[in-house]
Amino acid sequence: MSTLTKTEDTPAATAPEAFLSVRDLRVRFSTEDGIVKAVDGLSFDVERGKTLGIVGESGSGKSVTNLTVLGLHNRKTTDIQGEIILDGQELNSAPEREMEKLRGNKAAMIFQDPLTALSPYYTVGRQLSEPFMKHRGASKKEARDRAIEMLTKVGIPQPQTRFDDYPHQFSGGMRQRAMIAMALMCDPELLIADEPTTALDVTVQAQILDLLKDLQQEFGSAIIFITHDLGVIANMADDLLVMYAGRAVERGTVREVLQTPSHPYTWGLLSSMPRLTGDIDEELVPIPGSPPSLLNPPSGCPFNPRCAYSGHVADSLCTTERPPLAPGRAAACHLTAGQKQTIFVNEIKPRLG
Amino acid sequence: MSNNVTLPEQQGPEAGTAATREPLLAVENMKMHFPIYGGFPIKRKVGAVRAVDGVDFQVFPGESLGLVGESGCGKSTTGRMVTRLLEPTAGKITYSGRDITHAKRRELAPIRSEIQMIFQDPYSSLNPRQTVGTIIKSPMEINGINPPGGREKKVRELLELVGLNPEHYNRFPHEFSGGQRQRIGVARALALEPKLIVADEPVSALDVSIQAQVVNLLQKVQDELGIAFLFIAHDLAIVRHFSHRVAVMYLGKIVEVADRESLYTRPRHPYTHALLSAVPEVDLDTEHKERIRLAGDVPSPISPPSGCRFRTRCWKAQDKCATDEPPLVQISGNKEGHLTACHFPEAPSIEARVEDVVMDPALAALEKDHTEG
Amino acid sequence: MLQFIIRRLLGAALTLFLIGAVTFFLFVAGPSDYASLACGKDCSPTRIGEIREALGLNLPIASQFWQFMSGIVMGRDYPTGHCDAPCLGVSFYSGDLVWDTIMDRFPLTLSLTIGGLAIFLVVGLGTGLLAAWKRGTAVDKIASGASMVLSSFQIYFLGPIVLTIFVYSTGWMENPKYVPFTEDPVGWLVGLSLPMIVMATIFTAQYTRMARSSMIEQLQEEHVRTARAKGLSQRYVFFRYAWRGSLIPIVTIIGIDISALLGGGVVTELTFSLQGIGQLAVMGATQKDLPLTMGVMLFGAFFILLVNILTDIVYAYIDPRVRLS
Repeated sequence: MSTLTKTEDTPAATAPEAFLSVRDLRVRFSTEDGIVKAVDGLSFDVERGKTLGIVGESGSGKSVTNLTVLGLHNRKTTDIQGEIILDGQELNSAPEREMEKLRGNKAAMIFQDPLTALSPYYTVGRQLSEPFMKHRGASKKEARDRAIEMLTKVGIPQPQTRFDDYPHQFSGGMRQRAMIAMALMCDPELLIADEPTTALDVTVQAQILDLLKDLQQEFGSAIIFITHDLGVIANMADDLLVMYAGRAVERGTVREVLQTPSHPYTWGLLSSMPRLTGDIDEELVPIPGSPPSLLNPPSGCPFNPRCAYSGHVADSLCTTERPPLAPGRAAACHLTAGQKQTIFVNEIKPRLG
Repeated sequence: MSNNVTLPEQQGPEAGTAATREPLLAVENMKMHFPIYGGFPIKRKVGAVRAVDGVDFQVFPGESLGLVGESGCGKSTTGRMVTRLLEPTAGKITYSGRDITHAKRRELAPIRSEIQMIFQDPYSSLNPRQTVGTIIKSPMEINGINPPGGREKKVRELLELVGLNPEHYNRFPHEFSGGQRQRIGVARALALEPKLIVADEPVSALDVSIQAQVVNLLQKVQDELGIAFLFIAHDLAIVRHFSHRVAVMYLGKIVEVADRESLYTRPRHPYTHALLSAVPEVDLDTEHKERIRLAGDVPSPISPPSGCRFRTRCWKAQDKCATDEPPLVQISGNKEGHLTACHFPEAPSIEARVEDVVMDPALAALEKDHTEG
Repeated sequence: MLQFIIRRLLGAALTLFLIGAVTFFLFVAGPSDYASLACGKDCSPTRIGEIREALGLNLPIASQFWQFMSGIVMGRDYPTGHCDAPCLGVSFYSGDLVWDTIMDRFPLTLSLTIGGLAIFLVVGLGTGLLAAWKRGTAVDKIASGASMVLSSFQIYFLGPIVLTIFVYSTGWMENPKYVPFTEDPVGWLVGLSLPMIVMATIFTAQYTRMARSSMIEQLQEEHVRTARAKGLSQRYVFFRYAWRGSLIPIVTIIGIDISALLGGGVVTELTFSLQGIGQLAVMGATQKDLPLTMGVMLFGAFFILLVNILTDIVYAYIDPRVRLS
């Protein structure tokens, strides 16, 4: 077992085509209260043109991970270990200047709340033009043309005049479209979308999600899509990573993870979500307790204090030993494959309608 | 005041309709227009945000009515008027047969204890300088209620009821997690043995795994104490789970109201269709479900569209929709109590259509490229 | 925007009128006996009667008020002569027109304000920006520490020390004095350099701390992070994105400070024995020279209102949300 813990979290060794590889990422912040282990030994791969969904609750480390990929964390208070390899280039040790060349160019980000994520002081057009001028050496005129082209593409009416408007003059949905246009200005090969529709209304969310999917087909970007909403992820992602307390607890294709989930946390998430269809009176089964503090995470499996099935595991392994996440389709759990299968079929599946 | 909750005669949630029962709460043509000041050189009222612009609904004893809609539809304002945190600009609110639309503080006092509110944000709705015990006790003190065994005993009972440790009586809100704080909010609302609770987005600030804890608690409270709920939320799945009847709001109006079964499986209003279609589902095989993508955002409630308010984003809109406002009525073929405000209602089904409705021009263009390319 | 400015000007005019009215009723029509104060000690009842007559104090309150207010706008006549607009009355003590006295003193106060402002804005904001840019380093710690110490100093403490060192002990400099800028720019600067520097030192410390904290706050804004995520250089993000937002609280305080300084930096002027507006205000108050006190008050109020309007215009320039709403 101990050898396994050392090599844990190594996804499919057979993933040479991975465009982004993150290996054993550890992110620690020093705060007044102590050291926060925001990400603790995380590994994943993203393939070209594919979408990796990362799902988790607040404090699971999903946003931190992706700020780290682009080096947007505060370098003074953050300690980062592990490897981040984007298209053959190691980023964790790359100097700031290299990262600047990459950001907004080869890899771009879309943030959650477009109202606070766009500067109120500059026009939408200027904010769109900047990365194009910086990375492509384009003139103001060229950048303007490109920006108007992208605004048109994302469905902003009258892009020529909207170019000179400020973000506060846009509606919520239009602002998020402008943010997407901004991210796509330099044709990025990797797009990191951090809860891009959480601040939006559901009908607007549906428009934006479809738009992102259609644009991905056209631009061929790889996408990392971060969200807390399993419904959104089911619609967007090819592969799925479930995070809990700074670690990946389950990995697989979206279909595998959502249809035959095999980690008790994923079971908990799915059974605590009400559905739009199916049995109306099916009771929700919440996960008891609350997520752990990352200042002092539980020993062993971080989910053990909330897990209903830790009793099935012998030798109180759940509280003493951290379960590894095997390569490929896997869940980081001490339950045996047979136990998982039985519990899922007998207890969990009936709840999910 | 007795310690026992005055339970309305025990009835199943679906039991009884308007015909057989008196509503606990009746709202008629209720409006809330927030004035906008401007102009030159002297500021004057130049317009109004028509946050709620004529809504009618009833809540029956022990029933849960869900109010869904997107931001700016007026659902929260509606909740605040029902609890009389806001005074309506027009219309009538009747509670237990008494008109409370413009009731003064003194007249409201006895009713205030019967209508309680649960707020969205468990962080800012609890006074950080008071202990949990004080927070839950203060409504009883304000209303001069002395339960048998004393207020403190009652608080401990309430803490136990909402699933918190009664020993934590002397702790402060910051010592609790978000979900636990929301439980404190529930306990406070229950302290006065209310008959109606207005819950305004009670779980939307909570993590997914915690939401279900609070939803289950509210459901338990409702079932065991027979309290009626006005459940306001933007999450259609949670509303479906919690409410017996559901009203859909759009730009200050109720566009459709029905029992949940009808609303979620046989909706008639195009907006209800669009909303249901937009909800992303975990179920991966959704090809059987209709796909409707609206264009743009909700128009401004300062100058809402004439006639039917949804017409500017509706694929079925015709000239009539701009001139005549559709009344909220029972369309033939609908169950009793299923009311829809639409001139050209959709078929009562959410099955996939022959052709998707894609109103968004950018989406339509991209999808056309892809199918051709 | 023009509408906004006009509205603000109208508002300011109304406010000035109200301040004038309040001042008038407090001082002239109020409980203090204006005439006997004007007369001074050892005053005979006949003399008081004459003064009442001369100042029009026997007229009904309404006409007195009209005379007072119209005097400010159009000037008025006293038995002793004409008083041009803006007529703020005649000093009891010196018999001079209050407006003339204020105008005599104002160049000094204005000079101190401009000089001090230039120093503390450049040095204070510059140091604050540097500290924010080098946050956590020795530079930041020294700047923050020094500004913490200096901002707890007071002018009446620092002033005498500086005077002792530079003037009394070493004789390197003369006692501070005012030389009109138009006559001798160098003399103007040299003459006022000590008070300017002492005053600016204390303000500088405050502005350093404010600029630093405001910048650090802005650097944590999401839109600043977005700017970095676009690949813009740290320098560009710092000066274009964070700086713009951090200006709003700074401009607010600058406005408050300017109007306070123009109304007379009392402590600075007294510490360095300079004859400015602040010193005039003290004189008016100690000598119970009501017209003078009223005049200085109205004059100060005028600047507060003027600077408020200017501040709002600057807000609108910085933040399009103000401009376009």
